[in-house]
Amino acid sequence: MNDVVNSSAGNTGTINAAGVSIKDLRKSYGSNEVLKGISLDVAPGEVVCLIGPSGSGKSTLLRCVNLLEQPNEGAIHVGGFEATHPDVDIDKMRRTVGMVFQQFNLFPHLDAKRNCTIAQTKVLKRSQEEADKVAQHNLERVGLGHLSDRFPDQLSGGQQQRVAIARALSMDPELMLFDEPTSALDPETVGDVLSVMRNLAKEGMTMLVVTHEMGFAREVADRVVFMDGGVVVEEGVAEQVISAPTQARTKEFLRRVLDPTHIEIEE
Amino acid sequence: MAMTARQRARVSLYVQIGIFVVAVAALVLATDWKTVGNSVFNFGKIGPMFPDIFLVGLKNTLIYTFLGFVVGLSGGLLLALMKLSSFPLYRWIATGYIEFFRGVPALLVFIAFGYGVPLAFGVQWNVTLIVMISLGMVASAYIAETLRAGLQAVPKGQLEAARSLGMPQWRAMVSIVIPQAFKIVLPPLTNEVILLTKDSSLIYVLGLTASQYDLTKFGRDGISSLGAGLTPLLVAGAFYLVITIPLSLLARKFESRSARTKR
Ligand SMILES: Nc1ncnc2c1ncn2[C@@H]1O[C@H](COP(=O)(O)OP(=O)(O)O)[C@@H](O)[C@H]1O
Ligand SMILES: [Mg+2]
Repeated sequence: MNDVVNSSAGNTGTINAAGVSIKDLRKSYGSNEVLKGISLDVAPGEVVCLIGPSGSGKSTLLRCVNLLEQPNEGAIHVGGFEATHPDVDIDKMRRTVGMVFQQFNLFPHLDAKRNCTIAQTKVLKRSQEEADKVAQHNLERVGLGHLSDRFPDQLSGGQQQRVAIARALSMDPELMLFDEPTSALDPETVGDVLSVMRNLAKEGMTMLVVTHEMGFAREVADRVVFMDGGVVVEEGVAEQVISAPTQARTKEFLRRVLDPTHIEIEE
Repeated sequence: MAMTARQRARVSLYVQIGIFVVAVAALVLATDWKTVGNSVFNFGKIGPMFPDIFLVGLKNTLIYTFLGFVVGLSGGLLLALMKLSSFPLYRWIATGYIEFFRGVPALLVFIAFGYGVPLAFGVQWNVTLIVMISLGMVASAYIAETLRAGLQAVPKGQLEAARSLGMPQWRAMVSIVIPQAFKIVLPPLTNEVILLTKDSSLIYVLGLTASQYDLTKFGRDGISSLGAGLTPLLVAGAFYLVITIPLSLLARKFESRSARTKR
């Protein structure tokens, strides 16, 4: 964990955080309505953790924000973009939204540095030299500057996830989406990834994080949103939702997540 | 008396070896060795085949195969992408093409492009072009199916990660998905080259000048001119193995490499 301690030193103070506004969002797969009218606002620089049981629609909600899923109804604004407008330039909007996946999804045919440069050169049209510099800076930011020539299969899960974060950061995003970034990790590497995310939050990034790490949510999140069955059941200040939930479903969920003898089966 | 499984396996092995030995012995005894010596292993008379079968025949076979492969790879990639397209018309065209060219004998394709097209359109194509098109069109159909499988084997998350970085669909395919698909299909693709090498021999149906002869044509010519029976074909066959065995070894190397990285 030593290698991430100084990661905030890499902060250039250039985060241009964007807000998110979601109104009455509905999404169905066939006849299965997965999101049943979700409204959620995230202010610029705010960190919101999304919690809830498996299948409650957390991933779908996150994927609607950068249009990996097409919403059926409702409105989503991301920074200056109206994501749900029929004429929105999807690719341009996505450049401002970084996404981190549960399974990392690093490009296995490229080393860590090229993972971080390919979209910079091909999408942002940066020179290879500039892209390399940005990539190196961001790899150092996640504590992996010394492993920039490793390929994904030569890195541990936690290292891969940190490269994935560096890859997203290399596009200078204004918002970061995390979909259970530590759920696929060995327990001993979870801490490094959370510590990178904690630093990012301190630097002022807008973050929407799906997680089961209640400790992280309590410490880092400004707000916690509990979802169940495609609706927002409860939301509020992190400490209040986690320590003193008002809704029965929230209490039941937290009891199961926080009970160490309970075995959660996640897909 | 009952046998253990191991004893039974051993007896079964002895029986198999016995059958094999008897079969080989019968074949050796039944063979007319004098005739075979004159007409199949008559290496004394094949001198005139050299060095041209090597300098011209081998070279041309390699060129024809290479050209066919280049066309087949480009056409195959296009067809594979069409087959995976969300646009139904593209899928139908690709499916029709693939089923047709996998279904008809390659020989007919050579005849169609060698004789049919010149007749129908009054054009005179040179042999290299005809081989390139005939072989390439047949290869496209086979390679398309191989590449389609490769493209589908790339996890969906790869495309999603690329798109989430702001890459347009085509860029994500070109930079992220297609390179990984090629890596996956390298072994079967190498096998396609082996098949193509052999299919290139079908140009014998076209009228060839001496400088256009491939290995098989040299072999067939040798049969009629050298009086060494089928020996020239044996020589030509040996040259094919010179090409195909290294390719085969290469395919196996690719296979073991991808088996190692897939943990
Ligand atoms: N591509 C899809 N096609 C059909 N159903 C889907 C798809 N993605 C998710 N679902 C369904 O939507 C529901 C919510 O899934 P998801 O958003 O992944 O939940 P969570 O991330 O909270 O576990 C689940 O019932 C799941 O089966
Ligand atoms: Mg999920």
